[in-house]
Amino acid sequence: MIELFDMLAQPDFWIAVLRIATPLILGTLGVLLCERAGVLNLGIEGIMVAGAFAGWLAVYGGAPLWAGVAVAAAIGAVFGLLHAFLTVGLALSQHVSGLGITLLATALSYYGYRVSFPKVSTPPTVTPFANMDWLGIPILAQQTPLTLLALLLVPILGYVLYRTPVGLAIRMVGENPAAAEGQGVSVAFVRTGAIVAGSAVMGIAGAFLTLSAFNAFFFNMVNGRGWICVALVVFASWRPGKALLGALLFAFFDALQLRLQQSGGSTLPYQMYLMLPYVLSIVALVLVARKASYPQALMKPYRKGER
Amino acid sequence: MSMRLEKRATGSAAALLLAPIGAVLFTLLVSSVLVWWAGAAVTQTYGLLLKGGFGSVFALSETLTRAIPLILTGLAVTVAFKARLFNIGAEGQLYVGALAAVAVGGMHGGSGFDLPPMMLFALMLLASSLAGALLLLGPALLRARMGVDEVVTTLLLNFIVLLFVSMMLDGPMKDPTAMGWPQSVALLGDLELSKLVSQTRLHSGLIGACVLALLVWAMLKYTVFGFDIRAVGANARAAAFAGVPVTRTVVLTAMLSGALAGLAGAVEVAGRTSYVTLDMSPGYGYTGIVIAMLAALHPLGVVAASVFVAGMLVGADSMSRAVGVPTFIADVIVAASLIAVLVATLLTQYRVRWK
Amino acid sequence: MTDPVLQLTHITKRFGPLVANDDISLQLHAGEVLALLGENGAGKSTLVSILFGHYLADAGRITVFGRPLEPGDPKAALAAGIGMVHQHFTLADNLTVLENIMMGSESLWQVFTNRRAAQMRLRDVAQRFGLQVDANALIGSLSVGERQRVEILKALYRGARILILDEPTAVLTPGESEALFDVLAQMVAQGLSIIFISHKLAEVLRVSHRVAVLRGGKLVAQAAAASTTQEQLAQWMVGHTVDPPRARPARNVGEPVCTLDAVSAGQGRERLEQASLELRAGEIVAIAGVSGNGQTTLAELLCGTRKASSGALRLLGEPMPDRPAQLVAMGVARIPEDRHAVGVVGDLPVWENAVSERLHSSVFSRGPWIRRRKAREHAQRVITTFDVRGGGAAVAARALSGGNMQKLILGRALLHPDSDDTNRMPPRLIIAHQPSWGLDIGAVGYVQDQLIAARDAGAAVLLISDDLDEVLAMGDRIAVMHAGHLSEALPAGQWSRETIGLAMAGAPNEAAA
Repeated sequence: MIELFDMLAQPDFWIAVLRIATPLILGTLGVLLCERAGVLNLGIEGIMVAGAFAGWLAVYGGAPLWAGVAVAAAIGAVFGLLHAFLTVGLALSQHVSGLGITLLATALSYYGYRVSFPKVSTPPTVTPFANMDWLGIPILAQQTPLTLLALLLVPILGYVLYRTPVGLAIRMVGENPAAAEGQGVSVAFVRTGAIVAGSAVMGIAGAFLTLSAFNAFFFNMVNGRGWICVALVVFASWRPGKALLGALLFAFFDALQLRLQQSGGSTLPYQMYLMLPYVLSIVALVLVARKASYPQALMKPYRKGER
Repeated sequence: MSMRLEKRATGSAAALLLAPIGAVLFTLLVSSVLVWWAGAAVTQTYGLLLKGGFGSVFALSETLTRAIPLILTGLAVTVAFKARLFNIGAEGQLYVGALAAVAVGGMHGGSGFDLPPMMLFALMLLASSLAGALLLLGPALLRARMGVDEVVTTLLLNFIVLLFVSMMLDGPMKDPTAMGWPQSVALLGDLELSKLVSQTRLHSGLIGACVLALLVWAMLKYTVFGFDIRAVGANARAAAFAGVPVTRTVVLTAMLSGALAGLAGAVEVAGRTSYVTLDMSPGYGYTGIVIAMLAALHPLGVVAASVFVAGMLVGADSMSRAVGVPTFIADVIVAASLIAVLVATLLTQYRVRWK
Repeated sequence: MTDPVLQLTHITKRFGPLVANDDISLQLHAGEVLALLGENGAGKSTLVSILFGHYLADAGRITVFGRPLEPGDPKAALAAGIGMVHQHFTLADNLTVLENIMMGSESLWQVFTNRRAAQMRLRDVAQRFGLQVDANALIGSLSVGERQRVEILKALYRGARILILDEPTAVLTPGESEALFDVLAQMVAQGLSIIFISHKLAEVLRVSHRVAVLRGGKLVAQAAAASTTQEQLAQWMVGHTVDPPRARPARNVGEPVCTLDAVSAGQGRERLEQASLELRAGEIVAIAGVSGNGQTTLAELLCGTRKASSGALRLLGEPMPDRPAQLVAMGVARIPEDRHAVGVVGDLPVWENAVSERLHSSVFSRGPWIRRRKAREHAQRVITTFDVRGGGAAVAARALSGGNMQKLILGRALLHPDSDDTNRMPPRLIIAHQPSWGLDIGAVGYVQDQLIAARDAGAAVLLISDDLDEVLAMGDRIAVMHAGHLSEALPAGQWSRETIGLAMAGAPNEAAA
């Protein structure tokens, strides 16, 4: 028990927590934006892979790091547009469309990687983002700018959702699209915009993995983080502030299990620690299931003129 | 500018059949861009792809071998989706089925149960089915009782199961003769499936898979339970009015679907690998979803779609060795086909109006 | 006479074969309250939906304040000064009052929401019209009356000069209705013009200056409220049938088959309160009333898809089973209100739908297997006997027209699999909920003939219908449902068209008291 407190007292631990949380924060915010508008986006897992690959490839090809991030966001936006076309334009099943995009984006990324680097044994690396030492704040100074971006996005998204007309429109189309249409707001336009923006953020979450957390692109890099974000959104009751909290909480347990593994202080097989994040996600879903106040129009396709 | 969907007055059966084919052709056209990016000649590449998948007895045997687990996971997904139960966990169900097969047929078969091989074989299959069924039962009950969406829960379970397999392979089910390589105890030789064509890997699991496809088709079409599944999936409210027990149907469907995926794991172990390893399934569970959608949720169509997809995957392996186009082209083709088929099928029912 | 603020000319709208609005021309003058009166299905909601841009008319023009109105676009209607308070509120429960009202009023490209200005404007509008609301309350926490106030404010906030209210008092208590009428008076005083849709005669006369009556999609009468009476309005509303209803009285009324004793169920608008009823063999009990007064709950109770919260239901002397399969086995024939959503599973073929109710019984199944041949034979009998047209037994039920789908449902319910020419085996109890809804004259006649034939063969029939002609033509005994309360079921001779019409609309019924 004392070792536990020792562990928690070390700043290294909290640095790791924040680092682990970053892609989760970004991914969860991205899903949140889509779902607030009433659309489930299961393409997140694939979009994160694509963002990781595309951003990294751009930087490997000589672009500056922030350009790589922009490329990742753009790739996310493109897949988001596809998802919007399928689910908003054609009113196809949101589940199947999202899964199809995950499969497609992942396959395209792996293909692109192999085409670009046919015969490598060790993954080629880039120079990732450096820590923000110029920032005097402890723990935060040992993070990269993308973490700062993630943290800033939380209040920004909160502001947009709750204090701008477009945010209100997004929330309305996710609750009662007929009401929005009846007040002169185009449901298709708003939903598409939200999906594209959310997917762009998901792309950035992927880029964090290759341009910040690590410095190369691996297969199975995302490893289910996208699905965890989908669970976290429910846990966060679709609110940006709670999303941050959920991501941090989750990262806390993830960092904890890593430390416990390493310290060797337990006889449990390491796999049980690795399982913890996924089990926690399921538990979180079950806990909030009863009282989850879903955006009321979530997953219901809207056909204009059909009442 | 906006689009608007208008239902077509008359559906057309021919269109429904042509839609998947047209979609696949469209996909091949689009993936030509990727082939070109890899610097290979398009027609040569596709030629090698087809030849590698279907062009020789050996190629065909490899393709059919690959198709076996796909047929089973495809059936698992088909049954579930027919009832509007989104089973995305076939991958995990496959692995627990494989573990159960080895647990009964490898470990205890060798050191515990004193049963004639036929009985042990049957027990093994039963254990695998049960393992898969129970794994999906959890998410199904969570949905029925607490309204928890089964998509995310089944997805997350996949990761948990894979870690569990790794744990088993490191510990209780470790193969003592493998010198550190993570694989399980081997299955008893008596329980291995016999080969259909000598000098190839094609095993009698193909017959079993095809028989199951027929059984699933017959079940859906000719049994009361099959009717219940179709009715609940199409219109749960009307089904309830007609007296169909909705919750019970969903739970039983979940168990059947999980069992089929679990059997996929058992058949892979008994027919192809003899061991459980961490990489024995390159995503068969997820590919099963694509196959189910390509087959438009028709059990017999699942067999055809499985052969197609397996052919793509096998063909890509040999094509890649020859031409240098990465094997992932097959995954791209398969994923893009899925989306294209969805769009094409929709267009047979609706017309798009642009304003 | 001042120029009209709103002019509808020759508006026509069809939904398939149904003509919802038939060449309607109407005017609204400044500061006037025009009531639009008619039964369910008369075309009132369709007309105002066209006005507001939710639907596109097939023919006709609309002029607002002298300018033509762009059809099919709510944005254009809003810009022209038309506001609509829908019957089914378009509000987001999870958002606040202020958010619901101001949504869409600011450009999406604006960088921040001017909440303070919006709040001030809202307070201003609310004060002007005497509508009290808490701007920061969540819609989900508001009562029905408060939600309606928000709907009204939504329109007023956008500067509506013409306000359409679609059945506003359908969901209000008498006290809330009074409050609403005060608000209407305020609006008129401020120069607004109002279209007030209702089927309640008393309040129509109370609130409006002029009344326009729709029936069967046509405008049948217009009058100044001051110079007409409830009885006259009722007569216009329900009309006179071309043929007088053929009297086909029951001959052999037998024992009670099903009894309800102070049964309550459901909640909210469609709740059923302490309903008592006795259904006897060989007799049709028809329940009249505007849809939405609890009839669905009653039907669901008797069809096995809802449980009662209190009271006792008995079938053939035993407590009534609450599951469909058991009810069907005991001889209950059920015809649901919504053929598409509940009556058939649209994606499945006609023959499977024809036997779906009995599929789990030994009649059509042997162990796990469907007795396909027997099922298909029976389905073919149903198709032939009930003249179900549309492509045969293998076609998806979805493809059938409304009339044929209803005949399929009827056949499924009324034709017993083991019956033949010598042994008819009619059902013991028939629950028919709006069986003629949306059908053409021929199909309506067919359905009614079938029900009468079943009655004459000894079935107890419960007919729920909002078509008064049908109730009068079919009912041996008639009861009226209003706001969840079921009146006593009196012999048809003790009712008149006028007294029923009044009871349907909630007016006190002295004649039947």
